[in-house]
Amino acid sequence: MSPRSWLPAAAACLLFVKVLAAAEIPLGERRSGYEFMSRETRAIQDDDATHPGMLWVLDGEGLWKRKAGTADRACADCHGDARASMKGVAARYPAFDTARGRPVSLEQRINGCRVERQKAAPFAYESKDLLALTAYVARQSRGLPIKVTIDERTRPFLEAGREAFHRRQGQLNLSCAQCHDDNWGKHLAGSVIPQAHPTGYPLYRLEWQGLGSLERRLRNCLTGMRAQAPDFGSAEFVDLEFFLMWRARDMKIETPGVRP
Amino acid sequence: MARAVVTMPAQAKRGEVLEIKTLAQHAMETGFRRTQTGELIPRDIIRRFICTYNGVEVYRADLHPAIAANPLIAFTTVATESGTLSFQWVGDNGYAVNEIAPIRVE
Repeated sequence: MSPRSWLPAAAACLLFVKVLAAAEIPLGERRSGYEFMSRETRAIQDDDATHPGMLWVLDGEGLWKRKAGTADRACADCHGDARASMKGVAARYPAFDTARGRPVSLEQRINGCRVERQKAAPFAYESKDLLALTAYVARQSRGLPIKVTIDERTRPFLEAGREAFHRRQGQLNLSCAQCHDDNWGKHLAGSVIPQAHPTGYPLYRLEWQGLGSLERRLRNCLTGMRAQAPDFGSAEFVDLEFFLMWRARDMKIETPGVRP
Repeated sequence: MARAVVTMPAQAKRGEVLEIKTLAQHAMETGFRRTQTGELIPRDIIRRFICTYNGVEVYRADLHPAIAANPLIAFTTVATESGTLSFQWVGDNGYAVNEIAPIRVE
């Protein structure tokens, strides 16, 4: 083949690749939801003394030290001081769990510990206790870069999450990517569309008047798309969570965040 | 469990203005909302907040429906003498929380 004949083909290929890649936000242009907030809302997150999410963190600290279950053990009995032992942990979740053969969310890991080690009943999803303990554990990773592990075991789940992110769904026939990859920074009614980086969960949402998990937030979006939201803790949610954390890789954990 | 957090300096110079920030954990249910089946959710709010400095009232607030959950109350007072500031939140359904904070004035 002469150079003349393959040049246009190669150029067409390059163009095609560029168009496909344009949908994904370049690493350098990623911005946390924090940067889209008003100065006043940022101030709430910046000052622990005015941050209502810290009330949950303090509750979580209490739960960390409280003995529970028939094993009569507290988190602290095995893990010691959370400020050291839990540092950076939330930045790695969802993480692969060998027993379940799939990635589990931080909430699922906490409940797993509760059931298997403490021999206690698991906390309900979105219960005050689960949110408090998750917020306390994740708080120890504040300021650390998100790093989920991508290897042969976890790649299929990353791809499943990526597929869910790009799948059109609901009566409005929208995908996550159409707003958060293609139209971030523009407005949806009065609100700025953020890039959907899960940097601050569980976070205090002013609209909720309380703390909520990433899955609660995802349900919010799905309901807005008039789609059927999966159950809390379902494989589909955790895969999507895994993809979102990979998408936000190296961004800093802000837990507990504040969002409007 | 009802939790409240007070943030203020532990020591100050006489005459200095102290900035005090308080945060109380409370749902502040307005009493105007209804459940999905139409029943009214009864009101459950904090009604009053009082701060005393060595027994002297220095700040008081009455709270009403439509004040956000987990109300943040920030105010100032002048450091006059060493002692304790005590904070009291009182509300519906027997809600009562007390916090104290020591202050050293030089």
